[in-house]
Formats: sequence, C-alpha cells, structure tokens
Amino acid sequence: MKNILKDLNKAFENKIRLAIMSALLVNDYLDFNSLKELLDVTDGNLASHLKSLETKNYVSFKKEFLNRKSHTKYSATEEGKLAFKLHIKAIEKLLN
Amino acid sequence: MNQEKYLQDLAEIKEMMNRSSRFISLSGLSGVSAGIFALIGAYAAYETVYNNQNYFDYRHAYITQESLVQLVLIAALTLAGAIGTGIFFTTRESKKRKQKIWDTQSKRLLINLAIPLFTGGFLSLILIREGLIGLVAPMTLIFYGLALVNASKYTLGELRSLGILEIILGLVGCVFIGYGLVFWAIGFGILHIAYGLVMHFKYQQA
Repeated sequence: MKNILKDLNKAFENKIRLAIMSALLVNDYLDFNSLKELLDVTDGNLASHLKSLETKNYVSFKKEFLNRKSHTKYSATEEGKLAFKLHIKAIEKLLN
Repeated sequence: MNQEKYLQDLAEIKEMMNRSSRFISLSGLSGVSAGIFALIGAYAAYETVYNNQNYFDYRHAYITQESLVQLVLIAALTLAGAIGTGIFFTTRESKKRKQKIWDTQSKRLLINLAIPLFTGGFLSLILIREGLIGLVAPMTLIFYGLALVNASKYTLGELRSLGILEIILGLVGCVFIGYGLVFWAIGFGILHIAYGLVMHFKYQQA
C-alpha cells in the first residue's frame, strides 16, 4: 500500500495537468493552440500548468518560427512519460 | 481513499488520449454513401465494358478508346460523389461532437491515407497506359486497403479490419481478373455500406 501511494504523483492531481500529460503521451508533440483547443482552457491557465510541468522536467518545449509567428511545440520528456505511467499504474492498483 | 475521483481520472486520461491522437468524427453514413456511389459507378462501368454479355459468366472486357474515356468519366463522377457526401456527413458529425474538422488529428489522418492511395492511383494510371486494364480494379482495392490499415491508427480502429478485407479481395481479384469489377463492387460498395452501418449505429451521437 505504501509503495502504491509513493507512485501517485502530486503533479498529476490537477485535472488540466492530467489532461496535458495524457495528450502528450500519445503524441510526439502538440503545439500550444492544439493543446488549448483539446483542453478547452484559457491561454493563461494552460501556460501556468505547462510551466509547472516544465519546472518538474516532465514537459519540454521547442520554439520555432513559422511565417514569422512563433510556434511552440510541447512534448513530454522521458522522465515525464515514466512518472505519468507510474501514476496511472498506481491508480489502477488502488482501484483493484 | 477517493475511489470515485480516481475512476474519473482514468476515464479522462483514456478519453484525452483518444481525442488527442485520433480523428473520431468520421461518420458511418459517409461509408454508406460512398458504397452506394461505388455500386452505381460499378454498374455504369459494367454496362460500358461488358456490353451485351452474360452478367455472371467469365468475360473479356472490350475497351475501346471511346469507352476508356467514358470509364474515366464514370470513375471521376463516382469519386467526386463519394468524397463529396463523405465530407458532408463527416462535417455534420464533427459539428455534433463540437470537434473541428480541420485540426491536427484530421490532417494527420488524411496524410497517412493519401500516401498509399496516391501511390495506387498513379500505379493504376501506369497500368492503363501499359494496357494492363484488368489489373486496375484489384490494384485499387489493394492500395485502398493499405491506405486504410495505415490510417486506422489515426481514427476509428475498425478501419484496420476493413482495410485487411479490401487487401484480401484485391489479391483474390488479381487471380480472377475476369471478375475484377465484381470484386471491386463488393469491396468498395458492399463492404463500405456494411462497415458504415455498423459504425453509424456504434458511434452515432444522439
């Protein structure tokens, strides 16, 4: 029981962060606007949650310029993918 | 322990993974309409090629310069009808689901569908030019099947088994060249209608 609780990750307690990680786990990358549409959240809200996942080193981003407009591609880091998978496994164990 | 919350979390994770990687607004009705257009097209082609011959016997196709033009016209009209109604029903479905029709998911789906499809299209044109008309119908089935298998990763998973069936029909059709159009009508007509109906009733949103 103790081990299971250890794998439950506080970083993914929040619904929006949970959704961001779910989307990034199955996509190589998603840009800011695609994420925003998928999650149906405001710019500021999405940015702050992405920021907090970045500081944990779960999400990385790459800035590109397309037609002089900046275009940010977000992807999950290996560390983030691993942590998220452990989190899902822990939830599944708890429910069993 | 808050079981409810975790159950809901799991459901949301699954839903987001699906929605972010697959285009799920594909309408079953677009399959049905594509199938109907295919049957009409196949019938028209039949009349053109096998003029005055017994329907279910093994026949030879008689294709003249004139009937070839007519066949290309039939093919173009069939394709336009199928794609047009497909876009119509799928747009309607995505509006119901409040999904955008032109987003990352649908673009990815179309690109992966297009690569094998265009390969098959160009190969068919080459075969016609070389006079190997009999191979055109089974080749379109094979490449359409490959396109579906390839694209199924980015939309409803059922397309994968539909694609495999089309490939099998195409391969069998290569052996029985004389029945090419019959196999073509089964693959593009009847299979589309059957799969379309199944998917319509399975995924349709009230």
